[in-house]
Amino acid sequence: MIKVQREDFDVGAELDALARDNHAIGGIASFVGLVRDVAGAQSVGAMTLEHYPGMTEKMLAKTEAEARRRWPLETCLIIHRFGRLEPGDRIVLVATASAHRQAALEACAFLIDWLKTKAPFWKLEETAAGTRWVAARASDDQAAARWVAE
Amino acid sequence: MKVLYFAWLRSKTGVAEETLAPPPGVTTVAGLIDHLKARGGGYADALKDLSCVRIAVNQEFAELDQAIGAGDEVALFPPVTGG
Repeated sequence: MIKVQREDFDVGAELDALARDNHAIGGIASFVGLVRDVAGAQSVGAMTLEHYPGMTEKMLAKTEAEARRRWPLETCLIIHRFGRLEPGDRIVLVATASAHRQAALEACAFLIDWLKTKAPFWKLEETAAGTRWVAARASDDQAAARWVAE
Repeated sequence: MKVLYFAWLRSKTGVAEETLAPPPGVTTVAGLIDHLKARGGGYADALKDLSCVRIAVNQEFAELDQAIGAGDEVALFPPVTGG
């Protein structure tokens, strides 16, 4: 399931809802991404997440389909926020549920690695020196690339 | 053809979205980008280093040699930084 939204989400409620009606699920793995208050040497007051409506949902759905193709998942959830967020705010939730932990944990890592390099979101940081667009990191590409070889 | 710009490409061009009739001879993304660069100003600045530009055609990632036509939606944006 994919949700792209401005609103915050309740991690506990979302995870509970995933497994509520499916008792074949033996475990849920999750990743929650948060806004940090530092970027390099500068402190960040807030950030605005811009995205490409339409393509975002399409790319997240493709990423979810790829995870389901690779691992025996009972269900999976991606929530990604957009708009202005402050340090400590939740940005993203990835949760994967499976009969056993290995599939859930691996698929969760795969989903966050892939969406970071494929979902069309961009971060604009507000610092004391003004606003600046966050540059993509080579380490994110490397993290995504390790799943290509497997 | 609809052309969309995101993040600093939008800041530099000053435009989020435009509809344009591709001139004769423009049949690929590369041709479209040359056409846009020729406008000069913010367009030339935004598109001067294509190693920092990613392309989507009809909301799928695409390369410079992708064929495009009048009904297509082309988006130009920096490498993504979500998650």
